[in-house]
Amino acid sequence: MSTQTLSASKTSVRGWEMLQTALNIATALAMAALMWAALLYARPALNLAGDEQLAQRIFYLHMGCNIGALVAFLMSVTGSIVYLLTRDMDWDRVTQASIETGIIIGLGTVTTGAIWAKPAWNTFWTWDPRLTASTITVLIYIAYLLFRNGIDNRRTQALFGSIYALFAFLSIPLTYYSARWFRSIHPVVFDGENMEGQGGFNIGATMTQTLWIAVVAFCLLFSALMIMRWRQLRHEDALEELREEFYS
Amino acid sequence: MSNQALISVQGITKRFDRKPVLRGVDLAVAPGEIVTLLGANGAGKTTLMRIISGLSAPDRGEVQLGGASFATGGHELRRYIGLVSHTPLLYDNLSGEENLAFFARLYDLVEPQARIEWALHAVDLWPRRRDAVRTYSRGMTQRLAIARAILHNPPVLLLDEPDTGLDQAGADLLHGLLQQLDTAQRAVLFTTHNLSRARAWADRVALLVDGRIVQMASTVGMTDADLQKLYREAGRPA
Amino acid sequence: MSAYLSDGEPLPVMQTGGGPKRYLAKVWAITRKELQSEWRAKEVLGTMTVFAVLAIIIFGMAFDLRVPQPEMVAPGVLWVVTLFAGVMGLNRTFGAEADRGSLPALLLAPMDRSAIYFGKLLASLFFMLATEVIMLPILLVIFDVNLMRPWILAALILGTIGYVSVGSLFGALTASARARETMLPILLLPLMVPVFMAGVALTGGVLDGRSFSDFRHWLGILTAYDLIFVTIAFLVFDLIWQEG
Repeated sequence: MSTQTLSASKTSVRGWEMLQTALNIATALAMAALMWAALLYARPALNLAGDEQLAQRIFYLHMGCNIGALVAFLMSVTGSIVYLLTRDMDWDRVTQASIETGIIIGLGTVTTGAIWAKPAWNTFWTWDPRLTASTITVLIYIAYLLFRNGIDNRRTQALFGSIYALFAFLSIPLTYYSARWFRSIHPVVFDGENMEGQGGFNIGATMTQTLWIAVVAFCLLFSALMIMRWRQLRHEDALEELREEFYS
Repeated sequence: MSNQALISVQGITKRFDRKPVLRGVDLAVAPGEIVTLLGANGAGKTTLMRIISGLSAPDRGEVQLGGASFATGGHELRRYIGLVSHTPLLYDNLSGEENLAFFARLYDLVEPQARIEWALHAVDLWPRRRDAVRTYSRGMTQRLAIARAILHNPPVLLLDEPDTGLDQAGADLLHGLLQQLDTAQRAVLFTTHNLSRARAWADRVALLVDGRIVQMASTVGMTDADLQKLYREAGRPA
Repeated sequence: MSAYLSDGEPLPVMQTGGGPKRYLAKVWAITRKELQSEWRAKEVLGTMTVFAVLAIIIFGMAFDLRVPQPEMVAPGVLWVVTLFAGVMGLNRTFGAEADRGSLPALLLAPMDRSAIYFGKLLASLFFMLATEVIMLPILLVIFDVNLMRPWILAALILGTIGYVSVGSLFGALTASARARETMLPILLLPLMVPVFMAGVALTGGVLDGRSFSDFRHWLGILTAYDLIFVTIAFLVFDLIWQEG
């Protein structure tokens, strides 16, 4: 029986391994394609000049990070809801892995935003609503990790973590809208409602294509990192269980 | 069904993080029966009490009270439990009477005032009923904790070391109360470190060693020396 | 329910079952217990109000020389101090029960456990509103600005409901965690950003003499916040006690 499970787990390990490798390669290729498209292929923004025109190219990374973080946090709330319904630890690991990946990509959003803001708005930091909302979001999820860390029992960790992740996600739209109404100088690229926002630009065909590459690349990046981390967490828990069995 | 055990515990296992606390406990207490749970500190007595009262969920196994489980009985099943635990489960800033009045509301008592008076008299705290629990001695707090547990006349009484902090008079009072409460409709499970009390007060004793019940014996015809021998032998590693 | 238990002799002292009226009676019993206990000990309310007054005075001193008009910062001070003073009270709601080990008594009671949540929520709401009632005249004295206006009061009530509804749930989550006292604000404050911004913007709007239609949407945000989080907290509260 034990040999059977062992060989079964070996096949599943090999399956995951292949998926992971494929994802990693795809991510690397997509990222290279994004660099090329963002720096060379996309036409410069016509209504901008000098530093601002150059800085605009970071927008593709910025938007990619933004989408990647959004997908990550959507995944985390999915994981937490499914965990609360099924109590399947795999879903708790999905929540944790998504949040950890989301924090990294979310920090990417904030950093690329700040780098772009220096030439465009002449400051790294402003109380721009999107900047505020994404920074608060990253802080909320860092609090999630701290909170988990402060709980000893593994199942309590999963349960309380899932409850907090649910609250965290629900607060994001409210944070976003209140920040938006509070104060806004951020260019809204797709709405057209806030074109007088400083540093705004019209979007052309090559730009749209580059944006799509960015979206795909960052979704792949999220999947690769998240699945890698998820498998690692799985091994950690399995190791812990073995240790428990050994000592009991 | 009605002749079956009032408290029925089957195959309970529980671990806290790495450490297994209960490793498959089976126990049945019939109506009208008093059973003592004996065991060293850390043997799992308190964890078992918490699981039977529904405060903690077992990893495996099932608890049934009068044939109903917490899964099917829901929160109404909690009416049938009276618990005395290591902590008094009382509010220090309220008086003895206010504490009982609060719990009378939570348990929907029909005639709360009469019932509170009965409970206060039963544990001999009537004269001190208006004083804050903060000012009570350890023994008085413990007696009020007992009054709280029996206030709603529960058919299942779980007493986790109810004699801690009680002087001889308090212990005698508790013994008398147990005899008075020992009716055909009630099952009592209690833990203690005092072997002669365990023998004298109960119908059966169960020995819990390292998360398992290793001995179950009737107290009929048992002497203190018998129980001591049993306890010593059970605790010895195999 | 088993036939044995409902026919047995030990039960007649209790009414079994219970509709919404009994549920509300239990919620109120818990709130009443909290208020009674607080009335004797004066632990929570005392600390909260003294902290609030101190904080207002410290802010007053901090801004004294640098800010030309005090009413410019008064809305921010009002909401910051409310949030920080609130953390102290919310830490105690379940923290005190966890310290004394009295929580099982509530968990053992035959009622839906959400009654515990609502009972605690109402008590915290009362403590916070009481603190705010003391804060407003102090702000009037120190910052020379009258915040006792209908829409500001409405925002305070709505914002405080949202705050204690999330805070009571998180208080229960952190009650048994390590470093409880520091963990609660870290979890709670970032989720309070919508309440905080709505509160500050609305208070500022009223002080600037704007018309109702200019700050109406903030009341909307506060109401939406309250509804969403009270509902979710109600749904998940019972789950908290399942492990352990």
